[in-house]
Amino acid sequence: MNFKLKDLGPQLVTVIAVVLIFGFFTYNAQINMENRGIDFGYGFLSQESSFDVQFSLIEYDGSHSYFRAYLVGLLNTILVSVIGIIIATIIGVIVGVARLSPNYLINRFAAYYVEFFRNIPLLLQIFFWYFAALRALPLPQDAEAIFGVFFLTIKGLFVPAFIWENFNIFLYSIIAAIIAIVVIKIQAKKLQETQGKQTPVFLISIGLIFILPLLSFLIGGVNLSFEIPQLKQLAATSFVYDGGLSLPPELIALTLSLSLYTATFIAECVRAGIQGVSKGQKEAAASIGLTPNQVLKLVIMPQALRIIIPPTTNQYLNLTKNSSLAAAIAYPDLVLVFAGTALMQTGKAIEIVSITMFTYLSLSISISILMNWYNKKIAIQEK
Amino acid sequence: MFKYLKQLTSLVAMVAVLFTFTTESMAAKKSKTLKNTQKKGFVRCGVSQGLPGFSNADAAGNWTGVDVDVCRAVAAAVLGDANKVKFTPLSAKERFTALTSGEIDILSRNTTWTLSRDADIGLTFVGVNFYDGQGFMVRKSSGITSVNQFKNGISACTNIGTTTELNMRDFFNSKGISYEPVAFEKADEVVAAYDSGRCDTYTTDKSGLAAQRTKMSNPDEHIVLPETISKEPLGPVVRQGDSVWEDIVRWSLNAMIEAEEYGITSSNADSMKTSDNPAIKRLVGAEGELGAAFGLDNEWSLRIIKQVGNYGESYKRNIADTGILPDRGPNQLWTKGGILYVPPAR
Repeated sequence: MNFKLKDLGPQLVTVIAVVLIFGFFTYNAQINMENRGIDFGYGFLSQESSFDVQFSLIEYDGSHSYFRAYLVGLLNTILVSVIGIIIATIIGVIVGVARLSPNYLINRFAAYYVEFFRNIPLLLQIFFWYFAALRALPLPQDAEAIFGVFFLTIKGLFVPAFIWENFNIFLYSIIAAIIAIVVIKIQAKKLQETQGKQTPVFLISIGLIFILPLLSFLIGGVNLSFEIPQLKQLAATSFVYDGGLSLPPELIALTLSLSLYTATFIAECVRAGIQGVSKGQKEAAASIGLTPNQVLKLVIMPQALRIIIPPTTNQYLNLTKNSSLAAAIAYPDLVLVFAGTALMQTGKAIEIVSITMFTYLSLSISISILMNWYNKKIAIQEK
Repeated sequence: MFKYLKQLTSLVAMVAVLFTFTTESMAAKKSKTLKNTQKKGFVRCGVSQGLPGFSNADAAGNWTGVDVDVCRAVAAAVLGDANKVKFTPLSAKERFTALTSGEIDILSRNTTWTLSRDADIGLTFVGVNFYDGQGFMVRKSSGITSVNQFKNGISACTNIGTTTELNMRDFFNSKGISYEPVAFEKADEVVAAYDSGRCDTYTTDKSGLAAQRTKMSNPDEHIVLPETISKEPLGPVVRQGDSVWEDIVRWSLNAMIEAEEYGITSSNADSMKTSDNPAIKRLVGAEGELGAAFGLDNEWSLRIIKQVGNYGESYKRNIADTGILPDRGPNQLWTKGGILYVPPAR
């Protein structure tokens, strides 16, 4: 402990300034709220919300509390973020690799895609997909069935619902398959290190993940049937699909626009990552007799990932935060349900906005921590 | 000698200060909002983002509507010129925060007066300038003519952050109908979604339905169902805690309604000064000292009537002549079968 005053001084001043500024804002807000007769408190969270939400992952209606409404919004935000991140990553990786393709058509197409989608403001893209593209979809009564069971209409995508018997046994079989794969992978690595023998881990894994659940159907008593959506008439010209699962068009439009937009940035990260690995690495790997697949898997990708992961983390965070634009097209995310309707019905602006901000902060930090952990794992292990 | 001179000047200064304080009326001293408004030279008024008949801006940026007229009336009373208003378009979500944070001084934005809003969030409703109720709009081709024909699975488009959302739930629950609420932040998006077929019905205040119907791609294809599912008294709102300002806004609105009751219009207001009826004379400032109570001169209400017109003129200009709701319904004077009844200005 050898702090010097000249090192400590600026730090101390900064801390005091921050405390004073926050103190001033808190004090100011308190005085102003008192003057206007506004109570401060989080007690409203347990009150009955008395408004309904269009789409919810958990059981919810207006007789539940505001806290439950908050959870509904939060889960919807997480849902669209997770789906968005997965699709954006898949498209991003494909497009990023495609941009490096020697095939002129493929790499031009990828380049145009990136330049087009990343240079149009996201809100406009959301409006485009929701108000222009999805509006062109047919009304429920005019919809053509896709594979006989899917119906894509202006009121959303209607898909068959799964009806399971003994679902838990099916779940166990999948868990067992995953554990088995992990064990085999560790064994294979040991075998490779001690005896130099290669095991076709990939093929075995694919087999396991299919065969075990299949066995659960054959001998475990698991049964799966489908509930296919049926057209139902509400009025002379007004129809909807009943039964099955419905994905609201708001969710589809939002996921589509978020993924297509974010994928362009991820594609650029991937391209930069692969180009960042020097050519000599590839040639050296080939010269010691690795197959092109092994070169990619064992030499290029581990080094490229180190370049790709940090900027991609930023894109994941952006996607999560951008999902708050949902409010524009009625997708009931955290901002629409909680910082929108709940705020209006209770008038608790400071409380609700602070909870919402804190929630987004926590979400972002969780993603950061997860990605930093992964980044550390693949970083160069200095010994 | 100089010593006394110094004392004398300070005495003079003190008297002068006292004098300026006393010329400024007690009311103006008490009302920070009134003082600020007079200093700024314009009334800060929060309105909707575009609701024909209530608050709507034309291509040149001129605002018209019955809600707009309430703010114009206050400007005429306080500043002497009905055009000295700065309008701030607000979404349903932003409106109360804009008022409580002091960004605007009057919120005149087709806002429903409810207990929780009045008592809970630092607001005070000063009156009702339009009696409304929530209704439903459907496509004519659907064949629906009554809310009793609604079936399970119906999707309803509406705005977030309004009483509409709550009434809709109460209504569908009481009927035992399951429904899909699709709630947007802006009215234009609600209309666009309903118009394209995303929703089977569009629900909001009936006046709003009538006004938005004019924005549809083909207004004749839609009808407003006859049932009214809620009470929606719409009126101007002010911040809690400035009772003088609250009185000014309340009586500016009341003056417009009372003027109609006594047949005072923008064209005959001046000649009414010689009327035999003392109630009319008070309203046009020829008798009594009504304005002094707010710290205003005696012609405050005369200016409102001359520059903005009485309530009937405002309604006719904004709502009836534009074809939104030609029938005044409950928004008729109590003497003519409606429920507009304001306390006497005396």
